[in-house]
Amino acid sequence: MLDGIIETLQRPTYPGLLWTHVQLSVLGTLLGILISVPVALAVRNTPLGAAIAVNVGNLGRAIPSLALLAIVFPFLGFGFAAPLIALTALAVPPILINASTGLREVRQEVVDAARGMGLSEGQILTRIQLPIAVPVIFAGVRTSAVQVVASATLATFIGGGALGDLIVEGFSRGDTAILLAGALSVAALAILTEVLFEVLERTFTPKGLKIAQQRRSG
Amino acid sequence: MAVALATVALQSLEPEFFDWVWLRENFSEEVWPAVIGHLYLSLVSVGIALAISLPLGVLVARYRRLYAPVLFVTGFLFTIPSLALFAFLVAAGVGIGPRPVIIGLVSYSLLVLIRNVVTGIDSVAPETIDAARGMGLTNRQILFRVELPLALPVIVAGIRIATVTVIGIAVIGAFIAGGGLGQLIFDGIDRNFPTLVLTGAVMATLMAIFADVALLLVERYMRPWARRARGAN
Repeated sequence: MLDGIIETLQRPTYPGLLWTHVQLSVLGTLLGILISVPVALAVRNTPLGAAIAVNVGNLGRAIPSLALLAIVFPFLGFGFAAPLIALTALAVPPILINASTGLREVRQEVVDAARGMGLSEGQILTRIQLPIAVPVIFAGVRTSAVQVVASATLATFIGGGALGDLIVEGFSRGDTAILLAGALSVAALAILTEVLFEVLERTFTPKGLKIAQQRRSG
Repeated sequence: MAVALATVALQSLEPEFFDWVWLRENFSEEVWPAVIGHLYLSLVSVGIALAISLPLGVLVARYRRLYAPVLFVTGFLFTIPSLALFAFLVAAGVGIGPRPVIIGLVSYSLLVLIRNVVTGIDSVAPETIDAARGMGLTNRQILFRVELPLALPVIVAGIRIATVTVIGIAVIGAFIAGGGLGQLIFDGIDRNFPTLVLTGAVMATLMAIFADVALLLVERYMRPWARRARGAN
């Protein structure tokens, strides 16, 4: 069994599958950020806009990942574009929710005080709202990224390639070694993503915030 | 609104793209059984997960040292992509069909449910428990008459997240012959029949959103104090 798994991992086609999986995941998450963050920024000072953004995000989170892929598929057919668009749509809700709520967590009095001190809207954003919101936005990106890596596996069903191909091949041929090689690769990639974000979060949390968090939880 | 939007979006398509006649003629034979199968998979899974999580959550809330390892194990299960988990279950000899799908769905629900049971019990103020003890209630009575009822809204919030997650992942379970709405999607892809693919996808989406909204209303209903506070404002 172990030999079969190693044999599958050493196939010349394996790096290509892995690379497609990584590409789909990274691009999907990045496009998700590029769509959600500007929207959250645009609605940050209007309560109604922010409420709509959060509610759309909440509804979007409920949509099953395979349903998203299946809805895009009839329009774009087999290939790279359909899963990429579906994964982007999957990445948007968590980032949108966190960015909208994070930017609105800044108390209105603080913003008013800053405005009274003569700060421009741009300065209020870059010096007050963003520094407070960035950790929350980052948490949203983490949720999205882990979800996107997991769902990129499903791209195989609409011909998108990626590591899901091995699971489908192993399953249809009844070959447990190929099935496990695929499943182990996908699971490892998901766990790696989780760990990577954990490390990033720890590295980039400012010292002052860490102390504040410890005090709050302690 | 979601239904109306979906209907408009589908109607605007060319007729050969979405075959309304087919849908009307085959709804009760092909689509409806898939809806029922999907509901069955989801409800059974959340039910089993709840039967595990409630006692385990109560236990862990008491014996705090167990909480971190329980969170680690259930969190690990939650991180494994669903298609990989189903593949592991097949490889482990559980076979195919609804059984491995239900096992997978239960393992995804544990993290959220156990966490919310513990958070819910934690949210009960110590003074409330002291008062109950002062009134002569036993530990068991405190658990069933004070802690769990007060924790209920948080537990329901967990049930909501678990249910929506389970409805979504059950779609993927059709790959290992679990049945349900995912079967329509896979059949549609195999037969190159977009109507079937879109019907499965839209029905699964509607079911997830409906469950989300319905359980949110239940959750709100269970927090009468929150409603009152909002009314006072």
